Amino acid sequence: MSIAITTQIICFTILSLVILIGALGVVLLESIVYSAFLLGGVFMSVAGIYLLLNASFVAAAQVLVYVGAVNVLIIFAIMLVNKKEDLKPINDIKFRRIISTSICLTLLSLLIRVDLTNVWSLSSPQNSIGEESTIRIGEHLFSDYLLPFEVASVLLLMAMIGAIVLARRDVMSKDISTGLPVDQELIEKSSEPLLTNKN
Amino acid sequence: MMSLESIPIQAFLLVSSALFCIGIWGLLNSRNAVRVLMSIELMLNAVNINLMAFSSYIDNNLIQGQVFTIFVITVAAAEAAVGLAILLSLYRNRVTVDMESFNLLKW
Repeated sequence: MSIAITTQIICFTILSLVILIGALGVVLLESIVYSAFLLGGVFMSVAGIYLLLNASFVAAAQVLVYVGAVNVLIIFAIMLVNKKEDLKPINDIKFRRIISTSICLTLLSLLIRVDLTNVWSLSSPQNSIGEESTIRIGEHLFSDYLLPFEVASVLLLMAMIGAIVLARRDVMSKDISTGLPVDQELIEKSSEPLLTNKN
Repeated sequence: MMSLESIPIQAFLLVSSALFCIGIWGLLNSRNAVRVLMSIELMLNAVNINLMAFSSYIDNNLIQGQVFTIFVITVAAAEAAVGLAILLSLYRNRVTVDMESFNLLKW
């Protein structure tokens, strides 16, 4: 990379601060809408980290797929299911919080220890291919990663069909219980839930 | 002050570890099902940062880590689509997104 090292360090610090604070906001904020928009910011900063690592193609893919597709999908899901409901209090919530927080902190300390104590066998940065990485990714995808590439396309097709099947409303010409014809309108009506919460 | 040639790989690994642990905390503690999906996306991003850092610092000639990152992004997109469809279906049946009320599989 041709950027000076000081600039790289400044960019990395800003990006990692945005990532960590944004991720904490995603997890901790009360409003789920703020969480969704902060998640978009975190995805953009991760794309910036990829740019610092000389991977412009993956950064573009990150912006297109995560910010353009996944985040928009999450925001649409929030719009579809956003209902103000007062959650039932859990009686042992403190206990759960303590246990989960301690598990996370233990895992974090373990990971930090591994990160800092292991000796990574770094290769010399002279033979970095830099801007040719897009060409190299294309060569990989059409030679030694051809089978995973094709399987990924089948996976995307399956996910698309599965999402349609799961999320669509069943359109029937007549009502099952009464036998009367159903009026096919686009406006959602309030209906009896199929499984009500028994307790 | 020590002069650096490039950012040490440990910095990327530390950011990725912290992001992964934040994701796990959110996964365990959220009561809104949409927030659980967001936490899963955070964890996938942490894994991607790790793969990209190793690809750039250890395997910077044959960048296989970047190819893996592309595949992880693909699987994450599929997972988000199917997960949100399942969430909509659950919401239609139970009229809530509270994780505590999805207890049909509890014995």
